[in-house]
Amino acid sequence: MPVLQNIVVAIRSDGDIVSARQQGRSLAAAIGFTATDATLIATAISELARNILMYAGQGEVMMHRAEISHRKGIVIGARDSGPGIRSIEDVLRDGYSTSGGLGLGLPGVKRLMDDFAIESQLGQGTMVTVKKWLK
Amino acid sequence: MEVPILKQGRFLIATIQAALSDADLLQLRRALIDKVIHFRSNGVIIDVTALDVMDSFATRTLRDITNMIRLRGADTVIVGIQPEVAFAMVQLGLTMEGVATALDLEEGLEHLQQRAAGKI
Amino acid sequence: MSSNKRSAIQEQRTAAQSTELLQELVAHLRQNRTQLREEWANRITEARLLTAMTKDELFAEATSVYDNYVEALATGTFEALQSYARNLSERIIPRGVETHEVVGIVLLLRDVLARSLFAKYQGDFTMLNRILDAYEPAANRIANTVAVGFVQERERVIRQQQEAIRELSTPVLQVRERLLILPIIGVIDAQRARQLTEQLLRGIRMNRAKVVVIDITGVAAMDATVANHLVQTVEASRLLGATVIVTGLSPEIAQTIVTIGVDLGKMNTVGDLQGGIEQAERLLGYKVVPVADTASS
Repeated sequence: MPVLQNIVVAIRSDGDIVSARQQGRSLAAAIGFTATDATLIATAISELARNILMYAGQGEVMMHRAEISHRKGIVIGARDSGPGIRSIEDVLRDGYSTSGGLGLGLPGVKRLMDDFAIESQLGQGTMVTVKKWLK
Repeated sequence: MEVPILKQGRFLIATIQAALSDADLLQLRRALIDKVIHFRSNGVIIDVTALDVMDSFATRTLRDITNMIRLRGADTVIVGIQPEVAFAMVQLGLTMEGVATALDLEEGLEHLQQRAAGKI
Repeated sequence: MSSNKRSAIQEQRTAAQSTELLQELVAHLRQNRTQLREEWANRITEARLLTAMTKDELFAEATSVYDNYVEALATGTFEALQSYARNLSERIIPRGVETHEVVGIVLLLRDVLARSLFAKYQGDFTMLNRILDAYEPAANRIANTVAVGFVQERERVIRQQQEAIRELSTPVLQVRERLLILPIIGVIDAQRARQLTEQLLRGIRMNRAKVVVIDITGVAAMDATVANHLVQTVEASRLLGATVIVTGLSPEIAQTIVTIGVDLGKMNTVGDLQGGIEQAERLLGYKVVPVADTASS
C-alpha cells in the first residue's frame, strides 16, 4: 500500500475529527509505528482537531511521512484562521491540561509526541506542528 | 451511528461498535439516561473494547454519563479499555477519576453486582 | 538572449547530452553483461568479500545487483534500486554479511564498469571524459543508495533485537490466578519504563489480572521522569480494572514521587514484596495461612 505523501483533512464538524484520526492511524501504521505509538498519534490528532473545531470553528489537519537524516517519522500540522492564542505560555502550562475538560490539552499533546511547536497570532490564527519518530 | 443498548436483568449494557463521533457520544448519553429511567436499572456497563482512541471529549462524556446516572441511583462501569488506549490516556493526563473501570464484560457485571449487593 | 535564458538552455542541452550518453553507456553495459559480471565476481572473490556465500549464491546475487545497477543508470530513478537494496539486505544480514562487504562490492562493480569504459573509449579522450561525466554522479548515487539501504536495514534489525532483549529481561510473572508480579531490577531509563508499562498492560489484559504487585526493591534510583512513568503505570492499570501495589519503595524514591506532586497516600504501597503479595491475596479473597500452622494441623 503506497504511503501517501501529504494528507489534508478539512475540519468542519465532529465527524471530521474521527476521519482525521483514522487517517492518521493508517499513515502511522504504514510508516511502521507500533500499535501503541499509532494510538498515541491518533489521540494527539483527535485533540488537535478538536481544538480547531472548538476555538476556530474550522481549519485543517495535515499529515505526512517525514525523513530527516535517515530518521523516519510522522509530521502533523493543525492549522486554523481562528482568533489565535493570547498567551502561549499559559496554554502550555500543565494547569491547562484537559482532565477537567477545560483548556486546550496542549501539554498532554506535547507528552504524546516527540517534537512540538506552536505559532499563533491574535486575530489571524494558530498552527500547531507535532512530530513523532520511529525508535 | 447509534450504539446498541441491551437490557440484562437490572443492568444495561451499551456496546460501542466503532469510531464514535462527538454527536454519537452525546446521543449515547441521552439514550442511556432515558433507558435507565424507563427500566429503573441499577447499573450500566459501557463496553469500549472497539474504541481505538479515547480523547478528552470521550472521557468527559463518560464522566458526565456516570454522574448523571448516579443521580438516578444507578452505577456505571466502563469496561474494555485497550492497553494502548489506556497508555495514551494517561500520557494525555486523562485519568477518569471517579469513574469505575473493569477489564471486561464479566468483570463489569461482577462489579455492578457487588455494588448492588452492598446497597440496602 | 538574456544570460539566464542562455544558461537555462545550456543546462537543458547538457542534461539531454547526459541522458544520451547514459543510454549509450547502458547499451554497452548490457552488451557486455556476461563478461563484466564475471570479472566483477572474480574481483569480489579476490578481495575475499561475501565469504559467507557459496559460489552459486554469489553469482545469483551478482547478477541481480548488476541488472539493478544498470537499470538504475538507464531509468535515472532509484526507487526500484532502493527496494532491491532493502530486499537484498534482509536476505544477507542473517547470513552475517557486514557493511564493509556490501560497500566493497558495489565500489568494485563501479570500478569494473569504469575500467571497461576506459577500455572502450581510450581512443577518444573527449568522448571518454563526457561519458565519465555522465557516469560518475549516477554511479556514486547508486553506491550511496545501496550502502544506505543496507545500513538502515541493519539498524532496524538491531533495534528489533534490542527490543526483544528488553522484553526478555523484564518478565511479567503470573504467580496466582488474577495476580501479576512485575519485579523491576536495575537501572530504568524512560524508554525501558515505557516498555515496562506496555508489557504490563498487555499482561493484565491477557491474564485478566485484578491485582498487580510492582516490586522496585531492586531499583537503586529513579529520576522524576521515570517516577512519572511509574505513576502513569498505576493509573493505566486502573483503567484496565487492576489494582496496583507498589513494594520496595526506598525513602529516596518515595521522596522523588512526592516531589513530582503525587500524593503517596493515594498509592497503594507496602514495604516488601512478600507483604505486597500477601496484601494482594487478601484483596483477591485468598485466605493467607502461615506455613507453620498448616504443618501443625
